[in-house]
Amino acid sequence: MDPVGQVRRQSLTDTKILSRAIVDSFRKLSPRTMARTPVMFVVEVGAVLTTVQLVGNALHHAGQISFGLQITLWLWFTVLFANFAEAMAEGRGKAQADTLRKARAETEARRLHPDGSKEVVASSALRAGDVVLVIAGEFIPGDGEVIEGVASVDESAITGESAPVIRESGGDRSAVTGGTRVLSDEIKIRITSNPGETFLDRMIHLVEGATRQKTPNEIALNILLAGLTIIFLLAVVTLQPFAIYSGAPQSIFVLVSLLVCLIPTTIGGLLSAIGIAGMDRLIQRNVIAMSGRAVEASGDVDVLLLDKTGTITLGNRQATALHPCLNVTDVELAGAAQLASLADETPEGRSIVVLVKEKYGLRARELAPYNPTFIPFSAQTRMSGVDMDDHQIRKGAPESIAKYVAEKGHEVPAEIMEIVREISNGGGTPLLVAKDSRVLGAIALTDIVKGGMRERFEHLRAMGIRTMMITGDNPLTAAAISRQAGVDDFLAEARPEDKMALIKSEQAKGKLVAMTGDGTNDAPALAQADVGVAMHTGTQAAKEAGNMIDLDSNPTKLIEIVEIGKQLLITRGALTTFSVANDVAKYFAIIPAMFAGAFPQLGVLNVMRLRTPESAILSAVIFNALIIIALIPLALRGVRYRPLGAVALLRRNLLLYGVGGVIAPFIGIKLIDVLVTYLGIV
Amino acid sequence: MTANGWLQIAFYLSVILLVTKPIGIFMTRVFNREKTFLDPVLRPVERIVYRLTGVDEKHEMRWTEYAIAMLLFSGVSMALLYFIERTQKWLPLNPQNFSNLEPGLAFGTAASFTTNTNWQAYSGESTMSYLTQMAGLAYHNFVSAAVGIVLAIVVIRGIARKETDKLGNFWVDTTRCLLWILLPVCVLGSLMLVSQGVVQNLKPYTTVQLLEPQTVQVTGADGKTTTQTVTQQVIAQGPVASQEAIKEFGTNGGGFFNANSAHPFENPTPLSNFFEMVLIFAIPSGLTYTLGRMTGAQRHGWAVWAAMAFLFLAGVTTAYWAEARGNPLLLGTNQQTSALHSGGNMEGKEVRFGIANSALFAVITTDASCGAVNGMHDSFTPLGGMVPLINIMLGEVVFGGVGAGLYGIVVFVILAVFIAGLMVGRTPEYLGKKIESYDVKMAMLAILILTFTILGLSAVALVKPFGASSISNPGPHGLSQILYAYTSSAGNNGSAFAGLNVNTMWYNTSTGLAQLLGRFFMIIPVLAIAGSLAKKKVVPESAGTFPVTGGLFTTLLVSTILIVGALTFFPALSLGPILEHLLMAAGKSF
Repeated sequence: MDPVGQVRRQSLTDTKILSRAIVDSFRKLSPRTMARTPVMFVVEVGAVLTTVQLVGNALHHAGQISFGLQITLWLWFTVLFANFAEAMAEGRGKAQADTLRKARAETEARRLHPDGSKEVVASSALRAGDVVLVIAGEFIPGDGEVIEGVASVDESAITGESAPVIRESGGDRSAVTGGTRVLSDEIKIRITSNPGETFLDRMIHLVEGATRQKTPNEIALNILLAGLTIIFLLAVVTLQPFAIYSGAPQSIFVLVSLLVCLIPTTIGGLLSAIGIAGMDRLIQRNVIAMSGRAVEASGDVDVLLLDKTGTITLGNRQATALHPCLNVTDVELAGAAQLASLADETPEGRSIVVLVKEKYGLRARELAPYNPTFIPFSAQTRMSGVDMDDHQIRKGAPESIAKYVAEKGHEVPAEIMEIVREISNGGGTPLLVAKDSRVLGAIALTDIVKGGMRERFEHLRAMGIRTMMITGDNPLTAAAISRQAGVDDFLAEARPEDKMALIKSEQAKGKLVAMTGDGTNDAPALAQADVGVAMHTGTQAAKEAGNMIDLDSNPTKLIEIVEIGKQLLITRGALTTFSVANDVAKYFAIIPAMFAGAFPQLGVLNVMRLRTPESAILSAVIFNALIIIALIPLALRGVRYRPLGAVALLRRNLLLYGVGGVIAPFIGIKLIDVLVTYLGIV
Repeated sequence: MTANGWLQIAFYLSVILLVTKPIGIFMTRVFNREKTFLDPVLRPVERIVYRLTGVDEKHEMRWTEYAIAMLLFSGVSMALLYFIERTQKWLPLNPQNFSNLEPGLAFGTAASFTTNTNWQAYSGESTMSYLTQMAGLAYHNFVSAAVGIVLAIVVIRGIARKETDKLGNFWVDTTRCLLWILLPVCVLGSLMLVSQGVVQNLKPYTTVQLLEPQTVQVTGADGKTTTQTVTQQVIAQGPVASQEAIKEFGTNGGGFFNANSAHPFENPTPLSNFFEMVLIFAIPSGLTYTLGRMTGAQRHGWAVWAAMAFLFLAGVTTAYWAEARGNPLLLGTNQQTSALHSGGNMEGKEVRFGIANSALFAVITTDASCGAVNGMHDSFTPLGGMVPLINIMLGEVVFGGVGAGLYGIVVFVILAVFIAGLMVGRTPEYLGKKIESYDVKMAMLAILILTFTILGLSAVALVKPFGASSISNPGPHGLSQILYAYTSSAGNNGSAFAGLNVNTMWYNTSTGLAQLLGRFFMIIPVLAIAGSLAKKKVVPESAGTFPVTGGLFTTLLVSTILIVGALTFFPALSLGPILEHLLMAAGKSF
């Protein structure tokens, strides 16, 4: 399994978060805040109504004081519990934002003027375009791009990863983040963002949930809940005339109790907590989502585009075997391969030197006496090698070497062509080694597929997600690796624009596409993808194009992101189903209790055999409030996602939350009724 | 309950199952404008209709244009009926010289027939001239049914089509529905009914001498009771058969006679009774197959059918059980089934139909928004009478009215998919179409309208003297009467819990309003859903796609219909039929 960035877990019972959440749940009672969740707003209005009625009853010495007081209290509790759930979900983010704020603390910066003069200014005075010099031990004053120098940087304030990272000018490792610290050397940075708009600022906003907008799916769910609330409001409001006709008018306490029990308070109270917690789970895994919409979309992803290198396979290809020609010895080939690779600083070149050393015991030799001229790899010749006094050694792609020896009137032996084919078919990359005009043999470079990938892809397949490997390799090699890794499909010889075209064509088929990227040339594709995860180590352009940033820069994390997205949707669905299914039991608790006085025969409907009408109604209200508290951990943690396929998953969740949702309140209300009766409070 | 009774119920459902596929395929072909065997005869007629009316048959409409065309058509048709009713005295074909209808009744009836409700606050044989019956009421029986069917087709097209805002042409769809589906079947159906003894003439009523003069007690205006001897009876006549077939086939339900399908001239034999029941479910059941066929998801069509069949059987079982049990208050009366009598609660039922076929008919007519009756629902036992009430409250989605049943259940499918669909970890999809906030909004609106109309108007009627004074039986039964009246109106059913005097200004107006709300305020959100679905891209199916086929989905759909559709009415029901049942068991009747 791939190492997953350090997960910042905070206990649910962190006392600091807890005490802040309790204060916040009262603060959130403000009607303006409540109006954002229509269901809980109705509960609050109901609580106000019963409070007014209670005060009225007390002043006029009308009855129902004890019962009315308890109902009123529990209604207020219901609202508070829902607020508490939301506050708890926000709590972890707020705690993290505090930590981040410390990193944002004011620092001094050394601003460089075009004339070369230096000036020390406050970091808040920097504007995009300014150039600053940062030396070892100093904090980087703002987001920017390294324009000169190399330095090791401690980014733990943002990523939580204590190992320093290298930041250098040019290439894909040039972006630095304000608030991180330079550990060694010095770099010149061109600042790219104004104060207040930095990555750290955005991150603080995101983890705090300050800029949280409702996601499309959440909006739709809110409409459903509001609709159900109106329907039940109608049912309860019209029940009074029905009751008056039947000669059994009801008190405001009873009517509000019935209403609050029927409207979907469980999901209504937990909905925003679920959304915030979903974002928070991503943050705990070191992924910053720029919007909730992206998190939600990741649950809907149909196609995952994964770069082969670094995601499916370990870094780069490595030399794994040498295949000499018929009349060439192993050692002769190994020697030539070593000479051709000594100056080759690519990972492949180094792996050849390592292989030769380990397998044939050849150590690096001193070449100076032979007047070596190293020929670096070039895209035109697609070869590298060394020219010495008496020999010319080349290694390179089979076609290039074939062309090279052909120019000298030789050709590649047939048995070597056979070996080349075999290596290619097996997913490896063949290289040929030639000494002067003679081909000595072939080197096999192979990709090493990361452990556990096959299982992960199988999980994804079960979720209905197709995985696609993107590689620059030729189709044969690509096919072999994709077989080995178990991906569904591959795109070989891919150029950046091919990636873009692939995303567009999948999207045209109605599919949602997710991908990761880090380079500037990935940026258009990252922007086009429905879920684009940019690596934190990547360029500024990539980070701006994606809608998520992985601080651990771990491309396999896409799979976890998808799981979190799904978990978010499942949790919402499960609690909605549970909430709606709960109504059955509540009807059977309250309706007989309402009319038992006027029509004792309706006692037949009291299937739970609740002791008195008052205890029945109170028990239903208490259950309704407590279930919110009971489900907070589930809302914050999320329903566990199992890659089972839709039918099995639906069956499982329907049984658990649908059937369970019908049964649970029957048991819960009965137990509360027993307790309430035992305590003699009604 | 008898084996014979169950056998008839099972036989009925089997016949419905058998006709579902052929009717479904035929409707698909008609609305897809594919070739059918009737084309050589009907295609020229169709062309003439378009030429005369100036309809461009190639023009496709967006949902808004479709809705406007439908509303205009319904509005003009309604005005036409109102006009005929108000002037029938001066118009031909009025052998009994019936006077013009008063405005309240004329409005109520016009609304009722336009909305496919066919609520009747009058007795046909003593109120309506033959012209009104034929050109007014029978005309509406055809066109209101056609409107319902084409709307269902638009909804199906909305699901089936992708990335378009074009949903078909209202005029073309309606014309084809009338020519290819409704007219041919009704011509044959009428002949079949005539063969069973249903009358078809334009004669004045016949007066006959009674073989056995009857002595009756009559209470005069002064409160004194006098004894009168009746020696003559007037037998109503009329063009009944031609109106009877479409009454069932179009799930209209408006009887030619006050007694509706209990009248021997409307429904003379057990065979005609069976035939009428098959006609009621034929199109609604066939439409589930059309749904499957047009969307390319035949198994989904059958899953919807299965949900309907399940709810149908649940209703029949309850009603049949309740009626066959008889009345516990009739102590000492033999209510056992025997060779000599049917047993059970025979009050308000026809002897030629018996318990099983009366219960079956009551369930069918309320599952579908038909409203034709062959027995008096008011005289059912409380629980037996609650079944028709619940059927209508569910939104008549158990097969349902022609078209209305299908688009009604699609609303529930959308809700079921949305509520439970999240549990598979994806944005809910219905046959590849993502269900988004707009669709949920419209679906909730459609359900809200029904609840609002039924509960709101019933509540007003129950506590205000202008409503409560019409009740003939006090207590919970009276509550059921009023609840039934508004449920039947809002649900566009048209059957009645007889006993409530509904020919008053308040009831004529309020039920008419309920019918219009229940029909058009339901249709507009449904059309909006169709328009929204048609615009969407189709997400290809994968292992992660929410299944809308199979037993699991059917169970989910049934649960959603019961929990979302029925629970709202539970408080009202518990003060009506449930309380009445419990009080009856305790020895009290109303």
